[in-house]
This record gives sequence, structure tokens and C-alpha cells, in this order.
Amino acid sequence: MNKQTLFKSLQQQGVTRRGFMKYCTALTSLMALPPSMIPIVANALETAKRPSVIWLSFQECTGCTESLTRSHSPTVEGLIFDHISLDYHHTLQAASGDAAEHAREQAMKDNYGKYLVVVDGSIPLADPGYSTIAGISNLDMLNETVAGAAAVIAVGTCSAYGGLPHAAPNPTGAVSVSSLITDKPVINVPGCPPIPTVISGVLAHYLTFGSIPELDELGRPKVFYGQSIHDRCYRRPFYDKGLFAETFDDEGAKKGWCLYRLGCKGPMTYNACATLKWNQQTSWPVESGHGCLGCSEPNFWDAGSFYKALSIPDGDYAKAAGYAVAAGVALGAAAGFVNQKTKSAAVSQHSTVSVDDFAVNKDKK
Amino acid sequence: MEMFSNANDFLLWVRGDAFNIALTILIIGVFIRVMEIFLLGRKNDFSEPRGTEWGPGLKNIVTRSVADNGTFKRAPFVVVVGYIWHICFFIVLLFFVPHIELINAMLGIKWPGLASQFVDAATVVAMVALLAMLWHRLTHPVLKFLSTYEDYLVWFVTFLPLLTGYIAFHRMIAPYPMALGLHILSVEILMVVFPFTKLMHAITLFIARWYTGAMMGRKGIES
Repeated sequence: MNKQTLFKSLQQQGVTRRGFMKYCTALTSLMALPPSMIPIVANALETAKRPSVIWLSFQECTGCTESLTRSHSPTVEGLIFDHISLDYHHTLQAASGDAAEHAREQAMKDNYGKYLVVVDGSIPLADPGYSTIAGISNLDMLNETVAGAAAVIAVGTCSAYGGLPHAAPNPTGAVSVSSLITDKPVINVPGCPPIPTVISGVLAHYLTFGSIPELDELGRPKVFYGQSIHDRCYRRPFYDKGLFAETFDDEGAKKGWCLYRLGCKGPMTYNACATLKWNQQTSWPVESGHGCLGCSEPNFWDAGSFYKALSIPDGDYAKAAGYAVAAGVALGAAAGFVNQKTKSAAVSQHSTVSVDDFAVNKDKK
Repeated sequence: MEMFSNANDFLLWVRGDAFNIALTILIIGVFIRVMEIFLLGRKNDFSEPRGTEWGPGLKNIVTRSVADNGTFKRAPFVVVVGYIWHICFFIVLLFFVPHIELINAMLGIKWPGLASQFVDAATVVAMVALLAMLWHRLTHPVLKFLSTYEDYLVWFVTFLPLLTGYIAFHRMIAPYPMALGLHILSVEILMVVFPFTKLMHAITLFIARWYTGAMMGRKGIES
């Protein structure tokens, strides 16, 4: 690890003490810690050494890296990211070929047991040939790199849950990192892409506490994925009042009403978009008039139409209903036929009682 | 749950295959029950009609919704709580916007919904009414004697969607896809049980009331 501390590195890039403290305060509140923790967070970040990070890109679109690096102006989040010793990243590193692979091997050797591995993209298991780097299959590179890692951060829905490559019919046999790595802590930071603040926030948490944050059952840090979009949505009051946009350009849409009817997946999606927003807190999908796609949830590509309300069945129910009506009519007719048969059989077998029948009994007496 | 790797998979299953299965059983069951009733038929009535059938039949469907005085005097609790339950149930079923979306997607008809807090309150009242009904059934000696396994099953599968819906709306089970999935699954259980129990009254009451009204109409009796 590099000797320079985070605060020194930030100072060199023009971040004031005040700016740094503001960031620490925001981060502390973001991580749902009490205000008394602010100095501790600040102190930890001030003195944190540069951790070595190896970033592996597998079956991905580089959107996650873009999310983190394409800020219009440098942010503290971005600078935190700059601060880490990013020893290997296909897209960002200058080196290529053998030199690049050598950098990865060197970083692993120098920081064995201490470095962080960030993975974006899914891993193909159907045929390793679908995605290779320097002739090494994604699976081999992952296993080899993770062997000496302190923890693995799966950035983006592809590496966290398989994402787009995993979508039906999943031709490459794509799987998530957590389905392969079971002997190291794996932190899922899903999103397509994830919010930059969340990516840097997870790194900051690791720098502050030296441990991984508390995770939910899908491996996501609860501090960022603990609440649903729906619960924190500024359009929520319209949902409660029963005011909904029904098309993307009707009166309701213009008035900013709830987008549930247009297929918003906010109720089932756990992410921080509604509070952290995007592009330096400018806006976020729902604010710009489009429902949430649920991109931080597993299998969101296969979870039905983006424009179908959550309460609507997803299967081909019209076909099922059609067959059911046909079968129902046939079985109903059959049941009616059997019932009539039973009825007419009962009528024909009905024996009448005559006076003579009683006479027999009389004789017996 | 071994079958599903996470709550989202469970939700997808209840919204997909499970719904199709439940819908198929519901439709087939209802068709069998209704066609059995109609195909059984009635003997020809050769008497000269003194009045019409259709008008009095349709009128009877509406007028029988009001309990007659004798019934009310004998069982005021059942009548009042029964009304409260049915009204609240229909508010929840027909005026909660996600439900309207479901109906719109399947039948292509829609209407304005109610504020969700109002629907929420109706859910609570409906649940309390159902619990009161159960208490009444368990404490009334005659009713308890007459009650069968089916009565308790019907109560349970009716109560479950309300309870799971309330839990899902208030997000009392995390994650939400699990809560919503359980709610939809409970409705699917109701759909499967519906045609084979006395829940069928929701459909057969129209046939029964119409028939009573029509018979009386034919005989010239004012209903």
C-alpha cells in the first residue's frame, strides 16, 4: 500500500478541509451513523492508506466505469476513487498486453491478502471462449485474482446477479460473482449502472472501518440499499392519493403524478436513487418522468415489461384463459351429460309402490 | 425456499406460471359448476304464464340484496357484519389502483381508484369483520354445530389475501417482492379453491335470485 494518506491526496487536488468535512458529514449520515461518528469517519479517512484495487472487467458494457468516471466536474467521490491505488483496470490503464497482466500479478504479489478486487461484468460458464483477457478465461482470472483478496466488490448488476448477459436464454451461461466466490466476502453493488456515490461510499466504508458494511440477503450494503425507491420517492404522495399518470404525455404526467400505472418498479426496487440522485444530484429517472426499471434487482431484464404495472400477471394469461374456457366448456358439457344420465337412470329405475305391496306385508302379519 | 434463488424469482413465479395455473383451474371449475346447473334443466312448465320472467328475475337479483325483516330480526349480527364485510371487500378489490390495473390488463376496462389510505382503512374493517364472523361462528352453538371443515377453509382463504395485502402495502415483510409475492399467491389459492366451495355463491347467487324472481314473475306474484 502507498504511504500517502487520503486527506493528503485530496489536499493536493484542491479539496479544502471544509469540503472534506462536508463530505464526511454527508457520508456519515448516508451510512445511517450518529453525528458523533463524523470525527471518527473523518479521522479514518484522513489517515487511511491507499488500498490496492484490482478491477476486473468481464462480460460488461463499461457503463459502470463510465458512471464512476464521467462526472462533469471532479467530485470528492471521484477523488476518493482517484486516491485508491487502481493497479489494474482494462479501460483506464495505459499499459496493455503482457505489461498490463504483469501489473495485476505484481499488485497481487505485493498486497497479498490485503487488496480489493472490483468486478464488473458477468462470468460466462457455457464456453470460456465467450470472454477472455490475454488468453485467460474470465473464470480463471477471477479465481486466480480473488485468491489473495481481502474482499470482492461486485459492481453493477451483471457481476452482482448476472445482469443482461444472464437474461433468458443466457447463451453464454453467464453467472454472478457471488455464485462462484464463496470463501471471500462479496459485496454486491448492483445497478445498471450503480450510483457513483454508492460505489465510492462502499470503498469509503471499507477505508473507514476496515470491514465490509452490513449486507442484505442479496448481498447489498444495507446503508445504500436498505430502502425501496417507492418509500423514498418524491412522487409517493400521488400514489397514496390515487393520482397516476396514464400515458407519458397526459395531464398527470405533466403534473408529476405517480408512474405506477406506466410500469414503475419502484415498489420492489431497493436502491438509493431517490435520495442520492444522479449527475451531481441533478435528477434521477423518476424525476425525469420515467418509471424505475428495477435495475438493482436480480433478473430485472426478465421481470416482465418495463411498462407493465407491477400488479399485472406476467405470463401469457390470455392463452391460458382461452384453453381453460375450451376445457371448461368440454368438461362442463361432459359433467352435464353424466348428470342427465344419472337422472334419467334414476327415473327409469324408479319403482312405484302400489297397494299390493302393502297387501304383501299385511299377509305376513 | 429451495425452488427460488431469491424473492424476485418467487414474485416472477407467482406473477407468471402460478397465476396461469390458478386462472386455468378457476375458469375450468367455474364452467363445470355453472354448466352443470344449466344442463340439469327443469321440467317443461305447461301452465299458462300469468306474468313475465325476465323483468321480475332481474329485479329480484337487486331486491334480494336487502335482508327481509324476519332475517334481520333473527340474525342482526350476521346481516350487519355481513354487509360491512362485503362493502369493504369490494372497496378493496375494485378501488385499489394496482387492482384496477390488473382488471384493466385482463379485461380492458378501468375506472378511477380511491386514495390508498382509504383502501387501507377498508382492509382493516374487512379483516375485523371477518374475525368477528369467525368469533360468531365459534361461539354460536347452532352455527358451530352446523359448521364444517369447508366453512373454516373458505374463511381462511378469504382472510389470507386481506392480511397479506395489508402486510404488502405496509411493507411489513422484507424484501417487498416476498411480501407482494405472498399476497398474489394467497389470491391464487383463493382462485383455486373458489369453484369447488361455497365461494361459488359470488356467481350462483345471480342464477338463484334470477330463477326465484322469474318463477314468481311467471306465476304473477309480485316479488
